[in-house]
Amino acid sequence: MKDHEHPLFVRVEKWRRRAGRVRDDVVVAAHGGGGKAMRDLIDDLVVRELGEAVQVDEDQARFEVSKLAQDGDRLAFTTDGYVVSPILFPGGDIGRLAVNGTVNDLAVSGAKPHYLSCGLILEEGLPIAELRRVMKSMAEACAEAGVSIVTGDTKVVPRGAADKIFITTAGVGIIPAGIEVGAQRIRSDDVILINGYLGDHGAAILAARGELRLETDIPSDCAPLNGLVEALLAEVDVHAMRDVTRGGLAACLNELALSSEVGMVVEERALPVRREVAGFCEILGLDPVHLANEGKLVVAVPAAQAERALEVMRAHRYGEQAAIVARCRAEPPGVVTLNTGFGSERILDMLVGEQLPRIC
Amino acid sequence: MCLGIPGQVVEIEDTDKMLGVVEVSGVRRVTNLTCIVDEDHPIESCLGEWVLVHVGFAMSRIDPAEAARTLALLEELGEVQAELEAMRNATTEGESTR
Amino acid sequence: MKYVDEFRDPAVGRKLTDQIARLTEAYMKREKRTRPLKLMEVCGGHTHAIFKFGLDEVLPDAIELVHGPGCPVCVLPVGRVDDAIYIATQPNVIFTTFGDALRVPGSKLSLLQAKAQGADIRTVYSPVDALAIARENPERDVVFFGLGFETTVPSTALTVKQAKAEGVDNFFLFSNHITIVPTIKAILDSPDLQLDGFLGPGHVTMIIGMRPYQFICDTYQKPFVVSGFEPLDVLQSIVMVLHQLDERRCAVENQYRRLVRDDGNPVALEAVTDVFQLRPFFEWRGLGSIDHSGLELKEAYAAFDAEKKYAIPALSIADPKACQCGEVLKGKLKPWECKVFGTACTPETPIGSCMVSSEGACAAYYNHGRLTTLRRPTTGREATT
Repeated sequence: MKDHEHPLFVRVEKWRRRAGRVRDDVVVAAHGGGGKAMRDLIDDLVVRELGEAVQVDEDQARFEVSKLAQDGDRLAFTTDGYVVSPILFPGGDIGRLAVNGTVNDLAVSGAKPHYLSCGLILEEGLPIAELRRVMKSMAEACAEAGVSIVTGDTKVVPRGAADKIFITTAGVGIIPAGIEVGAQRIRSDDVILINGYLGDHGAAILAARGELRLETDIPSDCAPLNGLVEALLAEVDVHAMRDVTRGGLAACLNELALSSEVGMVVEERALPVRREVAGFCEILGLDPVHLANEGKLVVAVPAAQAERALEVMRAHRYGEQAAIVARCRAEPPGVVTLNTGFGSERILDMLVGEQLPRIC
Repeated sequence: MCLGIPGQVVEIEDTDKMLGVVEVSGVRRVTNLTCIVDEDHPIESCLGEWVLVHVGFAMSRIDPAEAARTLALLEELGEVQAELEAMRNATTEGESTR
Repeated sequence: MKYVDEFRDPAVGRKLTDQIARLTEAYMKREKRTRPLKLMEVCGGHTHAIFKFGLDEVLPDAIELVHGPGCPVCVLPVGRVDDAIYIATQPNVIFTTFGDALRVPGSKLSLLQAKAQGADIRTVYSPVDALAIARENPERDVVFFGLGFETTVPSTALTVKQAKAEGVDNFFLFSNHITIVPTIKAILDSPDLQLDGFLGPGHVTMIIGMRPYQFICDTYQKPFVVSGFEPLDVLQSIVMVLHQLDERRCAVENQYRRLVRDDGNPVALEAVTDVFQLRPFFEWRGLGSIDHSGLELKEAYAAFDAEKKYAIPALSIADPKACQCGEVLKGKLKPWECKVFGTACTPETPIGSCMVSSEGACAAYYNHGRLTTLRRPTTGREATT
């Protein structure tokens, strides 16, 4: 190297090592090509936006096992894909959903969620501004839930091969010693509670798609539930817990009833439903018990502790509308029924597919 | 058949196209009011009215007086029912003491 | 919700069911009758309410509800579903439909399956939304799948009129609109069916008025009570039918006075007669061909007629052999008496359309009514003989 070249070299190297910046307005193929454009995208949108939530140095996250073991004696591990359309909706976006969904999958095992992975599949043409908003909201969601993203991957696919953005998150959490929650612990005299309104997410998404041309400001209920779970586990002997997502309360209770072989009676009139969601459902012939949620869980607790569980839930910001919604019984095993209030019960089954709006 | 739901006309949007906004429990939808407008009921008179909405059309005005009458009939039924119960109980008691 | 919640009050409901029990018992005793009273609720909306609120379970055994043909999805024949799929898979077509029709099985596919295979099929809430899609996509042909009875027909009629007025030339209607009265007549003429009374379709009557049913009283001497769709409406209508039976009279009565006027809705009817005419006959799933029961566009609106634009196969395709939807629709069989109910035919793998719509008698029984069925020691058929 000649003398006069040295300062130049230093300058270029300094520039080269600067965190990259994306100058395009939309995602292009080069952003997934493994070269500088991809580095710029990751630097600018992933590392910069995720900020403290992200801890990526190598191609794999490395954990000290002994450190993890201080929190409990079992590892919980889960994965989920997020493909919601539209990606931005009232009450959240696909980024918030991707963090909270996985956090909740861990939390309902009783685990304290620690680490997440983040796989991004981006469609060419996705506005960078929208991607930035999604990443920012992932960071906020991580901060709220107290988790960090420790490994990730980004791919760009041609236009039409994905719908704007798909996210996959896997999550790792630690289950404290002594915590045992699972469907097999449900007893025939247990009581089932839910932490709030049914169907907000499902209604918010359907409305946000705009196809039905209904105006409402129903927000998605997308929220992390690990705080609420922690509060519950500290006070109540929770037998089983499930997050209520696609398929709604009906699917969730049927799964629990089938795996525990107990029967359940839902009190239709006790179900918490937001006024707007009730109206939305009446217009489209939908039933809130089948609508999706993203910040709801059901818990099965001994009858004697039901009131305490209700108090704990209602004291938490994500449980203000909590309610006792069902009681377990021995017969008929595995069957969920619904008390209509008219002196009769009917079967509450899960649906075959997605609930479709109807006119008749 | 024919899912219909009561809603209130909260806005007249376009008098030529006969469009208004109907609200059902906080959910709003632009609704065609043609079927509830005639010479005696101009479109302006729709504002505040309760109507039955079916597939984006207001199909009929809800008659509040008739609704109240139906409900009153149902209430009355309850009272008659209670009297009958009382009579029946009285008879059974009479029979059993006889 | 105003005009909804007050008609769902379970306390009043219990009083009504008590009254129904008393009236029925007295009537059966006086008439020395052992065969249950058969009341047909014409409309799928009633069927839905009956199962959703478990009303069938709280009625006395001596009342048997027969679930009628008033579910437009349930009576849609296989051939018309195939025609719809044919249109939907033509190049450049956006096919718009109410969600109800998506799962109805055709001879090979349902619309939902055709969508998965690439057809551009979109769910709409209203025919005007289909027209809006046509406006937004002037280079595509937008077809609306017109489904439903007289309640829905005015909305389609007004939409077609609007398309004409605006000069939207890429909007087409595939009309499968049907009328209820000829069908009730066909059911009444069916020789082996004994009905004691009807709950009439509230929303259809809101359009067509009370008069078209008069023949049911005059010719067939059956009580006919036009009923609303909330549980208290349905129960009160049953009480009204029982009163007529008790007093040995029959009349067309109106329980749904808050919405139904004697003359129906003249504005809506005018729009319908302006745009539509009766077809000589129309095929119904399970019921066969019924004269003057289907509606097609009049000549003046021929430019909007999808049946004129597309060479639809228009085949009459027999219902699957194992399927007994027709018997169920006519009330001859209870859903669980059908050979394939709950085994080969379930909401997951529907053979007949009664298993598809949540208003279909079979789907309603399957989804909500299994408890009742399981508890009954005998089947309905045995009980009636």
